[in-house]
Amino acid sequence: MADRPQGSAAQGDNRPTLSLHVPEPKFRPGDTVDFSHIDVPEAGNTPRPDETCDPATMRDMAFGLVRVLGDDNKAHGPWDPKLDPDTLRKMLGHMAMTRAFDERMFRGQRQGKTSFYMKCTGEEATSVSASMALAGDDMVFPSYRQQGILIQRGYPLIEMINQIYSNKGDKLKGRQLPIMYSSREHSFFTISGNLATQTPQAVGWAMASAMKGDSRIAATWVGEGSTAEGDFHSACTFATVYNAPVILNVINNQWAISSFSGFAGAERTTFAARALGYGLAGLRVDGNDALACYAAEQWAANRARANAGPTLIEFFTYRAEGHSTSDDPSGYRSAQERNEWPLGDPVTRLKDHLIAIGEWDEDRQEKMDLEAAEHVKKVTKEAEANGILGHGLHHPFRTMFEDVFEELPWHLREQSRQAIREREIKFPGGLDQ
Amino acid sequence: MSTATKARESDASSGTERRLNMIEAINEALDVSMERDGDVVVMGEDVGYFGGVFRCTAGLQEKYGKTRVFDTPINECGIIAVAVGMGAYGLRPVPEIQFADYIYPGLDQLISEAARLRYRSAGEYIAPMTVRSPFGGGIFGGQTHSQSPEAIFAHVSGLKTVIPATPYDAKGLLISCIEDNDPVIFFEPKRIYNGPFSGYYDKPVQPWKKFDASIVPEGYYKIPLGKARLATEGEELTILAYGTMVHVVEAVCAEKGVEADIIDLRTIVPLDIEAIEESVKKTGRCLVVHEATRTAGFGAELSALVTERCFYHLEAPVERVTGFDTPYPHSLEWAYFPGPIRIGEAIDKILKD
Repeated sequence: MADRPQGSAAQGDNRPTLSLHVPEPKFRPGDTVDFSHIDVPEAGNTPRPDETCDPATMRDMAFGLVRVLGDDNKAHGPWDPKLDPDTLRKMLGHMAMTRAFDERMFRGQRQGKTSFYMKCTGEEATSVSASMALAGDDMVFPSYRQQGILIQRGYPLIEMINQIYSNKGDKLKGRQLPIMYSSREHSFFTISGNLATQTPQAVGWAMASAMKGDSRIAATWVGEGSTAEGDFHSACTFATVYNAPVILNVINNQWAISSFSGFAGAERTTFAARALGYGLAGLRVDGNDALACYAAEQWAANRARANAGPTLIEFFTYRAEGHSTSDDPSGYRSAQERNEWPLGDPVTRLKDHLIAIGEWDEDRQEKMDLEAAEHVKKVTKEAEANGILGHGLHHPFRTMFEDVFEELPWHLREQSRQAIREREIKFPGGLDQ
Repeated sequence: MSTATKARESDASSGTERRLNMIEAINEALDVSMERDGDVVVMGEDVGYFGGVFRCTAGLQEKYGKTRVFDTPINECGIIAVAVGMGAYGLRPVPEIQFADYIYPGLDQLISEAARLRYRSAGEYIAPMTVRSPFGGGIFGGQTHSQSPEAIFAHVSGLKTVIPATPYDAKGLLISCIEDNDPVIFFEPKRIYNGPFSGYYDKPVQPWKKFDASIVPEGYYKIPLGKARLATEGEELTILAYGTMVHVVEAVCAEKGVEADIIDLRTIVPLDIEAIEESVKKTGRCLVVHEATRTAGFGAELSALVTERCFYHLEAPVERVTGFDTPYPHSLEWAYFPGPIRIGEAIDKILKD
């Protein structure tokens, strides 16, 4: 029983009894799913504010949902980015490739070729389409589910697979958990694994770009669950204080491992509404609508480039698969959710749109999917020649001590000698050093 | 090890030489670095227009403009994080954390991010930042303005930790830190900003100008990281210290007439192990002194290193003199502080055997 100060009234006095609210998702395993409480406005109905407007004049955007693709699979309203069919097909291609890549890597993990993998199924548009709306040299600070950005930016798949396998071809020298990529050449920041740390870093990069009179902007991605981290508050504060040319993309995929979005505050308000308290522009977007994702990111990019300020975008989407290969979502959520999700599947919706405008057909889609799967399979084989996790084809042993500092201090030199000695004892006369 | 810059009181009248206190020396290091490299930027709480609560950044905003010297929100996590982002862009940020006691909200950004960027990206991204922060007690700062958290940072792979003990060193070391391509924690012993400290809080403070270590050359010079300074030379024992405590042990030794090698470590990571070994093997006795709490303090590491490396040269067990394992108390600050009595007893004990 709680300690009370002496003389304080005992419980049961005439003050009401307090109770703690612990959020609970609407559906658990076995439950029938009904998403009718989710308000899905008709595509094209949301106004498009001027890109340089005062955030106070667009407060409603934080509670609405920018949608372009309608039930008729046509593009509607002022947010239609009016992309030409070639660009749309490219977008579809990157999304299909991302999905094919995820399938193959997930299987590779199950086959014991690596320790860990994370799919982005159902969220492809939030990285591929958003990335397409940026310039290739705009700096991105992703979280761990934005492989679509690398694929869109043309990062070689073999580099991704080498990293996932932690093999001797991994240019990160096997130091990072699979999927924690880094590519300076593709303006893609090294992924952390500690959540939301990248968000204020992106703001810092954007501040530096502005300090130097550069023209490049920064964008960062963070899950809705991680917006609860203090780092996200730091990011929003610094972004607004210095009017940094940055885009804060919040991927609201409803689930943070087994914790639903209510544990980040979704029972009370939207994540886009986080923008309002900071005076940031806030947009809430159908994250499964590739055209809406593109249009929102483009709006925010134009705003940042015009020195008109940062934008916080909530992409409302659904994590169709488990958190990672280490997770089994059937233990905490209803299996029906994925199929009942009211915003559909982003790849299917974009494909249907291209078909609806007479620029695509199911045969071509099937062919494209097949080619994507074949390509990933072929590159996977190439990567496997560099080794898979735990099979000896890793980076030379001494590399373990490199890059802790620019130069090796005495204590690491000593420890390196010790490690090599241990290795020689374990594998006398053999193996690379 | 350099013996060129002793902090002993000066006899000579060196009228033409410039004498600066540690604040002025730090300010000059920042000025010189900003002048030489347009990518060096200074930020932190109150560092801009006002010039810092200890005045270390005075005049810099006026000289270099608001985009290179600016105030930040009261958000240490954000201060460190944006410095990481700026470093990734190619700048060389020098954030100030107003008191070392306030650095903890930024720990994840320091430990998991700044310290690991080079390693986790295999050199694609680095964090060439210097986090300046006043640390240590003896100024009636209470538990939130007195701490010495250097051991926390020494424990993190990928961080360097630097602590100057004189104005001359403060300038030369800070310039080295700013030019270093790894993240550095630069702890400024605020008790000795204005003058070295004898450990007798009831005696008047002697200003830096009375000591040769306040002779600070104009312009650019560097003191390499990882090189200790021999503050005094002696045969009886070796004393390892840094920051404020260098001056306290000097005063105690002078008072007791003990001739000691007092090694001012200057940087605790990387550590000048050669200087330590050389001295302890010569004297056979070693005392480790720091102001921070005792358990798992950096003194434990020093004691272990000396024991591992110099055991057969030791005439007595390595002793540690430290602050007590309590929060830094306000009214009983001088009961906490490892002052002349605690140090004197330890020296007597080591020399007795």
